[in-house]
Amino acid sequence: MNWLRRSSSEPLWKEEFSIRTADERYVTRRQLTKFLVLTSFGMFVGNLWILLRSLFYKTTAYPQQRVARLGEIPVGGVKLFTYPTQNDHCILVRIAEHEHVSYSQKCTHLSCAVYYSQESNRLECPCHKGFFSIADGSVLQGPPSRPLPRIVLERRGDELIAVDVKVS
Amino acid sequence: MPGNAELPPKTRGLTAIAGAMSLIAVLLIVQIWLLSAALEVFLAGKRNSALPAAIFSGLMFLICFGLYLFVDRVDSDVRNSGGE
Repeated sequence: MNWLRRSSSEPLWKEEFSIRTADERYVTRRQLTKFLVLTSFGMFVGNLWILLRSLFYKTTAYPQQRVARLGEIPVGGVKLFTYPTQNDHCILVRIAEHEHVSYSQKCTHLSCAVYYSQESNRLECPCHKGFFSIADGSVLQGPPSRPLPRIVLERRGDELIAVDVKVS
Repeated sequence: MPGNAELPPKTRGLTAIAGAMSLIAVLLIVQIWLLSAALEVFLAGKRNSALPAAIFSGLMFLICFGLYLFVDRVDSDVRNSGGE
């Protein structure tokens, strides 16, 4: 580890608290370099964390939950519900006589609640004007870069049941 | 214009350190972008880009660390030479 050894003859405290202005410039630049390299290490650790989360990702088993009855909301109407937990707010939209779609209500940009705009037939985020397609939740316009997570619905008799969450 | 060898050791050292710091800053910006892109892709449910992102980020960190060692060595050499 010869390359790690300090070659200066001065004690460390004298190097770090130099009284000469010219030396001080070196010290401050070296400190800034240290800080930048530490930040670089932090970025690497962040990427490692993402890698570990990807490697040990477990597919969640989502519960089955009754969302609405078929005739409960009119065409163009919406119903808000929570799925799979009480903190995950979702929106159910009846877009045609026999067609319902449901998405997470949390905008993928900064988590504002999206709402259904019947005039433009799309989901809109009021915070930064992010617009999502009602057909598949994809981004139509605005700062969000990911589509809304879709709630998979199953029709059982005259009831709509939420069974899964599809991301992207 | 004097050549590099004719410049005082401190001026040469300062130039070398500034150059190394600029490189580190550029690599850091790329790393920040890489982290945000990897996170975005991860949140979108795609898991296959995490490994290459981590490898490239690690490589960039190693280059930054190497540049830091260079800066440290140049810094010590210049101050030991004691020349203005």
